[in-house]
Formats: sequence, structure tokens, C-alpha cells
Amino acid sequence: MSFLEYRVKTAPTGLRKVLHLNWALVVLVSAVSAIGFLVLYSIAGGDVGLWAEPQMKRFGVGLVLMFGIAFVPIWFWRNIAGLCYGITILLLISVEFFGTVGMGAQRWIDIGPIRLQPSELMKVTLVMMLAAYYDWLDPKKVSRPLWVLVPILLVVFPTFLVVIQPNLGTSLMLLMGGAAVMFAAGVSLWYYGAVLALVVGAVTAVFTTRGTPWQFLHDYQYRRIDTFLDPAADPLGAGYNIMQAKIALGSGGWSGKGFMQGTQSRLNFLPEKHTDFIFTTLGEEFGFVGTLTLLVLYGLILFFIFSSAMQNKDRFSQLLILGIGANFFLYIAVNMSMVMGMAPVVGVPLPFLSYGGSVMLVLLIAIGLIQSAYVHRLR
Amino acid sequence: MRRNARDSEESARRVNRRALLMGGAFGAMFAVLGGRMRYLSVDQADEFRLLAEENRINMRLIPPERGLIQDRNGKLIAGNEQNYRVTITREDAGDVEAVLNRLSHLIPLTADDLERVKKDIDRNSPFVPVIVADRVAWGDFSKIALNTPTLPGVTPEVGLSRHYPLVEDFSHVVGYVGPVSEKDLAELTDPDPVLKIPKFQIGKVGVERWMEDTLRGSAGNKRIEVNAVGRVMRELERTEGKPGADIQLTIDADIQNFVQVRMADQSAACVVIDVNTGELIACTSAPGFDPNLFVRGISQRDYSTLMENDHRPLANKAVQGAYPPGSTFKIITALAALKAGVITPETTHYCPGYIEFGNRRFHCWKHGGHGTVNLTRSLEQSCDVFYYEVAQKVGIDAIAEMGKRMGLGVRHDLPMSAITDGIMPNKDWKQERWGQDWRIGDTINASIGQGYVLASPLQLAVMTARVATGRAVEPRLIKSIGGKPVEMPPPPSLELDGAALRAVQAGMDAVMNSERGTAKSSRIADETMLMAGKTGTSQVRNISAAERARGVTSNEDLPWNRRDHALFVGFAPLDAPRYAVAVVVEHGGGGSTVAAPIARDALLRALTGGIPPLDAYPAAQRGRIETDLNALKEKLRVTATPQTTRA
Repeated sequence: MSFLEYRVKTAPTGLRKVLHLNWALVVLVSAVSAIGFLVLYSIAGGDVGLWAEPQMKRFGVGLVLMFGIAFVPIWFWRNIAGLCYGITILLLISVEFFGTVGMGAQRWIDIGPIRLQPSELMKVTLVMMLAAYYDWLDPKKVSRPLWVLVPILLVVFPTFLVVIQPNLGTSLMLLMGGAAVMFAAGVSLWYYGAVLALVVGAVTAVFTTRGTPWQFLHDYQYRRIDTFLDPAADPLGAGYNIMQAKIALGSGGWSGKGFMQGTQSRLNFLPEKHTDFIFTTLGEEFGFVGTLTLLVLYGLILFFIFSSAMQNKDRFSQLLILGIGANFFLYIAVNMSMVMGMAPVVGVPLPFLSYGGSVMLVLLIAIGLIQSAYVHRLR
Repeated sequence: MRRNARDSEESARRVNRRALLMGGAFGAMFAVLGGRMRYLSVDQADEFRLLAEENRINMRLIPPERGLIQDRNGKLIAGNEQNYRVTITREDAGDVEAVLNRLSHLIPLTADDLERVKKDIDRNSPFVPVIVADRVAWGDFSKIALNTPTLPGVTPEVGLSRHYPLVEDFSHVVGYVGPVSEKDLAELTDPDPVLKIPKFQIGKVGVERWMEDTLRGSAGNKRIEVNAVGRVMRELERTEGKPGADIQLTIDADIQNFVQVRMADQSAACVVIDVNTGELIACTSAPGFDPNLFVRGISQRDYSTLMENDHRPLANKAVQGAYPPGSTFKIITALAALKAGVITPETTHYCPGYIEFGNRRFHCWKHGGHGTVNLTRSLEQSCDVFYYEVAQKVGIDAIAEMGKRMGLGVRHDLPMSAITDGIMPNKDWKQERWGQDWRIGDTINASIGQGYVLASPLQLAVMTARVATGRAVEPRLIKSIGGKPVEMPPPPSLELDGAALRAVQAGMDAVMNSERGTAKSSRIADETMLMAGKTGTSQVRNISAAERARGVTSNEDLPWNRRDHALFVGFAPLDAPRYAVAVVVEHGGGGSTVAAPIARDALLRALTGGIPPLDAYPAAQRGRIETDLNALKEKLRVTATPQTTRA
């Protein structure tokens, strides 16, 4: 069996595992979450119960979950990767029929007290599945067309299920997250070049034929794309949110207006101020100093994730950690680009800051997997 | 499946290379994000800070309190009345339906009212108060105030609205205010922002309009913090505005009221002027209307009633009405002739009852003629032929020059609406207006104030004041602004020959006080207040030959709107003139019988400062006049004590 590959004896056992956790990561994640509690408390106008407290509870549950996962040997997780992937796909299909739609068209199901968005869970299980696939595959075969097609199908199927929810942000992250694992696994750059050329060609074709009799899309579809790409063209509609977000960030200045002093958030000018746009409140109240601190913390988290991947010699662990790291990066990059007006608005939360149960739990589960790989790494 | 160690090492290195590439790309992206943060919060911070302030801070104007208008003694003519209204706020009311239902048991609310309120509530944000009832009676208002605990969201409010306590007495002089219209805004090059306040009112006619800038004052403002949906969070700063300045008119509200009542239901105008200062003491036009109707927004029915009335209540006949002055104009012809040296006070002419000119015959009003008359007799008996003869020698241009010198055919600048210039025709005027040469017949008509000559009661009053004093008296309406008296230099001399003035005054004395005077029945008997005057009866149209054949010979036989206008001008006391008066009664008939008694009573009222005492009248008339005065007293307005301070 494959777990024999690990020199089991070198891995710590029992409670000694606690000493071998990547504590830097735990501290950094807790620090970012603490900033999140502070901002949520401020946005609620000094009300702990509204957002900060539930968020703390979720963090607590997530932390327990993280330790639990970390204590389980990584090879166990590899062995059930396929199962996890399959279950998540089933959940995705079931929310299509039984799920609840709301809040930017995300679909969720209520499992007891937990409100679960399978699309968030999919980000992790997809990475697990792909890492397990490449662990199984002979590294020499990774760039062969047939063996490239298999992971592409593994990525595209859940992406399709999410895109019809419709949830554009998450489906884009699934695509990019999957591409990142394949990239790390060593799939030839030619494939990436080809896909890029294909996308550029398709986009050019769609837009150059606009206004001609053989245009690909209907006029209203073109207009929808226009507003999506340039919300400023519609300052009272789609552009309103992004303008208010920029005002909040910019008016914070160097050191911000001070804790609980943000006018944009307190007077409700900001949209989704406690979820996707929470970064703007941070910027308004703590200024450039605050936002840069957050960016540095995120950067450190990514650094520790990447270094733990590179210290690890196990292929599954490496790919899993890099895939999770890529997803973590994508959350940050897409969300910040969006609220700072550099990218169209798609619903992607900011990790550990945005109010929301699924994302918090899924992120901590992912960190748990990284810890498991770290504790049980080949030494 | 077990791989050899070399393969594993190799693939792990490969993954690490790829990981470094990814890490590098991610780091680059983080650098971009950091740069963007810096750009937004440091480089552009000032701009965004401004935008954030603009978002959150609104300016609201505080409408200024409009200046009061008072009479010369401080009696209130136009004030600001507390206006009680009831509003409802949806978010405080909870169940709007139930609250409105309870409210409709307390105050009268029609189904239409309720419908409108519900519509307004649906249209507005939940925190916007919607007016349920405006101008609520005090009783209803206090009922609501008592019941507020059971009426959540209902607020009784007090606002200010313009009020005219003297109702129709000053409807023409002071006018009224109304909501700002698109037209009002279009006429202004730089409209005061306060005009855009909903329900703000500005002067529409009269003093209210022409002194608008003085009365309006300037708006204060407050800076308030609002949230994204416009709810007011708190007030940050407040600058009080400046209330409009109070204006005191020269008019005496009691005299104005007396004259207005005295004219009863005639279509008439009366102007009383202080001959020494030009101050208008009364300036009335009957019938009047209730300006308060316009403040509230006049109903279509009330408006058409006013429009359809053939006595034209909306017209300010005192300054706007242009009438042929009739025989009152003989004063001008006489002065022009004396100045030109065509006649002396002793020159006589023979009146056979008409003169022939070419193939036309111009009649004197008296069929048999007046025989030989001099200037005094000609005024006393209003002989037309004397003036026909004299005017031909003087010429129209000299008469027109004298008319303008005495204040006819020129616009007197007062803060009132639609002030007419009148017409003081001369040869050039006719050429310009009608493209025709002036004929001698035109001069003959003009000499007795018929034909082209038109004058307003105001102009006739000014003329009379100038005759009484020999000074270029200018009428004025504003006594003080904001407590500061409006200074006017004493009127300059008219540079008229004293003998000529005295001759005309003597004629006017004879009109009232001699045995054959046309207005002797309206004389004042009190030696200290003797009155001088001149009657006038101006034809609206000639009685046609056909009517004559049907037996129509006098006014009473004609329909009202074709009867003659009755005019009278006069001043008193004779030896030391104080007040001049001009009265026009439209289609009233004879000046001596209809207009002169009104003028006499107006002068007596102004001179005595109260209801005219009976002994001022000739003994024979006292019985009849006592009854009339008693009847009149019943109708006088009882005004409150003078109000000099703001409510």
C-alpha cells in the first residue's frame, strides 16, 4: 500500500504532534481573524452580537476542526481524496435541486446549524483530488494529452455545476485553482500557452465581430459585458458600489479615520460592507497602514504555506499545499482587485476577514490539511 | 506502486521550481495590490476625502421669516401666521392604516385625503414625514396633541404662513404671496436658492412683489449628516438667516378701511394723498378680494367668481384704471391758458350752450348755455364752451405740457403692480400712435378731458395736490423700511404763477361753496375744514340718436356698463391744504352726486382722525347723513391695537 512510502517512524506520534505543528501559520491566521473581529465589531456600530460574535464562534469551531485534521496522517486524506471529491460533487448537484438561493446567488444547504456552500468546499476537495491524481500518475506522463484531459474534466465538471448556480467568482477560482495544481505538477507550459491563445482568440473574435451581421452574441449580451468590465460607465447602478468602495479606501488616507469612525460604512454608503467589501472599511478606519499590514500578514501566510510545500518531499503533500496556497492567493487577489476598482465585481470574500461561515470553515479545514502534511512530512 | 527514489527527488525538484515561479508571480501581484492601496489612500486621499464628505454632508436651507407690512401707525397689514399641520411618519407609525383610521375620528379627513396620504407615504422613504392635514383648526390641533400617545408617528407641527388680517382692504396695494412658479424662476437671472425650498412663497403682486427683496430676507443654512438613503443623522452646524425687513406703509389702515366701506359695492377707486409730503393716506379700489385665498391656493370656483365679476375685483383701479378725466381736466386747461397768457382770471366768454366748428357742433352740458362766464364761473358751473374757446387759442401742446407738469400722462413710481401711464396726448403722440394729424376737434374734446385724455385716480390725486400746493408733489407709499424712515426731500416748486394758481383754487372753492357750484350739496360746513374741488362726468359713449328717439335721455335709462363715469377731485382745508383726494366711480353717473360725497367723507375722515362729526356737514343734510354714517359704522373693521413687534 502506498502509505508504506512514508517513513512512518520519522513522523511524530500522539500528542507530540502538537509540538510539530506549523505554529507560525496558526498565529498568522489568528491575527488576521482578530483583525476581522475588530472590523466586524466596528461596522456593527459597536455591537458584538451582530457579526463579531458569530464569526468568533465559527473561528473557534474551525480551529478545532483544523487541529483535528492536522492530527490525522496526511496519507489518510490522500486515500479519501476521491471520496471527498465525489461527495462534494453530489452536494453540488443536490443544491441545484434542494438548495436555497440568496445573497448574490450563492447556493447553500442547511445541515443542522451549519449553513454550507458546497461550492466553497469544492475549492479544497478539487485540489485534494488533483493532488492525489498527480501523486498516482507517473510524473513522466503528466504532459501527455490523454493524462492532461483527465484533470481538465475533473476541473470542468464542478466548474460547470457552480457556474449554473450562477456563481461566477467561485467558478473562476475553481478553474484557476485547478490550473495552478496542474501547473505545479509540471504540465507542459505549451498547454498553458495554447489555452491562453485560445481565450485571447475567442475574446477577440467575439468583440471584433460586434456590430457586424455575424456577431456571436446578442446586443444586450454585449451591453451586459460592457457594464461588467467597466462599472464606472453606470455610476448609479453597478458603478455605484465600486465608487463608494474607492471613496471609503481613499478617504482613509495614510492612517485612517480611526476605529469606529468610518463614515462610509457607518452611514451605509458601502455595499456588502461586512462581507465582500470588508476591506474598504478596514481601509477607511485604519488607512494605508492598516491595509498594508493586512497585505503583509497575508504575504507571510503565503510565504509559510509555500515554504512548507517546498520543505515537503511527498508529491501529494506538495501539490495539495501549493493548490491550497494558490486558492488562498486567488481569494485575496480577486477580492482586493475588485474592491479597489481594478477588476469587475464578482462575489469573492476576503479570507478570515469577510463575515461568512462556509468560507471560514473551509479555509481552516484547508489550513488543517496543510498542517497535517507539515506534521507528517518526510524528514 | 513504488517509485524509485531518484524519480521522486527529480519530481519534487520540478514541483519546487514551479512553486518558485508561482510564488514569484503571486509576490508580483501583491506588489501591484500594495501599489494600488498606496495610490488610493495616499496619493488620492484628499480627493476621496472630499467625496466622502460630500456623501455624508448635506446643506439644508432655513427659510427666512418674511418681513411684516404695517400701516403708518404700526397696524399689521401682512403678517406671518402660525399654521398648524399634522404629519405622519411611516417608520414610527407601524400600522399606518390603523393610525390614520384613529386620526380620522379626531379630525375631519375625507376619503380623498386618506388616499393621497397613503400614496405619498408609499412614494417616500419610511422616515419622511408626510403631511396629512394642513391649516388645521386650533381645536383639532390640540385634540391631536392630546392624543399623541395613541397616534404613533403622528406629529403636530407649527409652521409660518402669510396672513392678511385686513382681508380686502389692502388686496390691491399690498397684493399677496404665492408659491414660486417656473415663470418666476425664469424671470430671475440669479435666483436665490431659497426659492427652491418646497412651499416657499414669494410676492406675486403689489408691495409684496415689488418690495420682495426687502421683505424676503436671507436664508440661513444648516449642515447635516445624512446616511446613504438620506436619513438625517445629526446637525453639524447651523447659520441663522436674516429675517426680511419690516415695511411700514404711509397708508392709514383705518382710513383705508373707512373709504373701502364708504365705496360700498360700487366699482370705484379713491386716492387720498398728503399734499405736503405726497404720502398716500388711502389708496382703495372697490370691490376688493380676499388675498388669503391666493396664499392658500385659490380654488377654481373662487377664481372664476372673481374673473366673471363685471366690477373687476382683481384690478387695482386706483393706479391701473385709466379714465377720461372729464371736467376735472378743466383745471389743466385753465392753468395752461393762464400760463400762455391767453386769458387772465377776468377774461370772459359767452356760452350759448354750444359752439360751431366747421360743420360740427360741440355742446355744453347745459342746454341753454351759461351766458357770460369768467374763469371762476366756468369752473364753478363746469361750463364746457369756455374751455372750447380757450383751448383753441392755447393749443394742445401747451395743454399737454401743463398736464405732464401736473402729473398726468406720467408714471408715478410706486411699488404697486400695473401702474398706468395714462395718456396726455399732443400732436406728436397722435402722429405716432394713430399716424394722423391732430385736428382742432381733438383739442376741443381734450379741453374738457374727453377724447384721447386718460388718467388714473392716482394721477388725478397728484394733480390736485399740486394745484393745492404749487409744488411738484410725488406720491409715496413706503414710510419706513426696517424701522428706518424713508427720507424724501420736500417737493420742489412747480414754478407756476401764484395768481394763476389762486384763480384756479378760487374756482374750485366756488364749485363747493358757492350757490351755483356743481358740488355744493357735498360741501363741508365746518369753517376750519372747508373744501375745494372739481366734479367730472366722463362719457363712456354718446347717447345715440336712435336711443334719444326711444326716449333715453339720462344715464339711469342705460345699462350699467354704458353709463358715465363719475369723477371728483378736491382738497381741504381750503386755507391750509393738507389732503387731496380723487374719486372715480365707474359708470356711477354724475360726479357731483356720486363721487363728490365719497371724496368729502374721505377728506373729513382723514382730517378729523375719526368718524366725521355731524356738525361738519350742512345742517339740512345732517339727518340723512347720520343714518348713513351709522349704517357705515356697522361695517367698519374693528382692528386690534397696533402691533409693532413680531409675534
